[in-house]
Amino acid sequence: MVPLSWYLIVAAALFCLGLYGVLARRNSVAILMGIELMLNAVNLNLVAFWRYLAPARMSGQVFAVIVFAVAAAEAAVGLALIISLYRLRRTVVADEADLLRG
Amino acid sequence: MTTAQVIFWVISAVVLVSAVLVVASRNIVHAALWLILSLFGVAGLFAVLQAGFMAVVQVVIYVGAIATLIIFAIMLTRRDMREGGRQTHRWWPLPALMAAALFAGLAWLLTSLPGSGATPPALAGDDHVLLLGQALLTPEQYVLPFEVASVLLLAALIGAIVIAGDARK
Repeated sequence: MVPLSWYLIVAAALFCLGLYGVLARRNSVAILMGIELMLNAVNLNLVAFWRYLAPARMSGQVFAVIVFAVAAAEAAVGLALIISLYRLRRTVVADEADLLRG
Repeated sequence: MTTAQVIFWVISAVVLVSAVLVVASRNIVHAALWLILSLFGVAGLFAVLQAGFMAVVQVVIYVGAIATLIIFAIMLTRRDMREGGRQTHRWWPLPALMAAALFAGLAWLLTSLPGSGATPPALAGDDHVLLLGQALLTPEQYVLPFEVASVLLLAALIGAIVIAGDARK
C-alpha cells in the first residue's frame, strides 16, 4: 500500500514548486498560478491526513472545503486587482508596479 | 510495486511534471494549460485517497472556475500577441535554491515522522458525502466556519466586481 509519507512528499514538492513560481516569476498572473499550486499542495496534505489518521471524522475534509472557498475568493480578488492594475499601467510585470516606491 | 503504488506514481508524476512546466514555461498561456493538467492530477490523487467528493469539487471549482478565471485574466492583460521580456527576474537561482532547500528539509522531516509509514486504516462503510454534509451543517460541528466562509466568498466576489468593474464610471 501507499504509505502516508509519499503523499506528504508529493505535496511538499508541489508546495516548493509553487513557492519557486511565486518568488521567481515576473508576470503577476504567473505569481498567482504559483499561489494556486501552493494551495493545492495544502489541500492534498489535509486530505491525506484525513484518510490516514482520522477517516471517521470529517474535520479534514471540512478543512479542505474551507480552503477551497478561501482559494476561490483569493483568486477572484487577486485577478481583479491585476486587471485593474493593467488598465492603469498597461503592464502585468510585478516589478513595474512601483507607484508607492519612494 | 503494487497496483495502488503504480497508480499513485503515475498520477504524482503528472502532477509534478505539469507543476514544473507551470513555473518554467515562457508562454503564460501554456503555463495556464499546464496548471489545468496539474489540477486534474491533484483531483486524481484525491480520488485515489477515496475522497471522491473532494475530487469532483476540485475539478468543478479549480479547473472549472479558477483556472478559467486565470485564462480570462491572461487574455485581458496581454499587450500584444508576442511575449517579450524575461519570464523570471535576474536573481532566479536564489528562489530555486530556497525551494530546493525547503523541499529537502521537508522530505527529511516527513520520512522521519513516527507514523509516516502507515498504511491507511479501513474506511467505514458509511456514506462519506452524507457525513461531510452533516459536518458542514450541524450546529455542533462546523456550520459556523462554513457560514463565515460563505460570507467571505460573497465579500470577495463583490469586491472583485467593484475593483475590476467599468473604469469609465
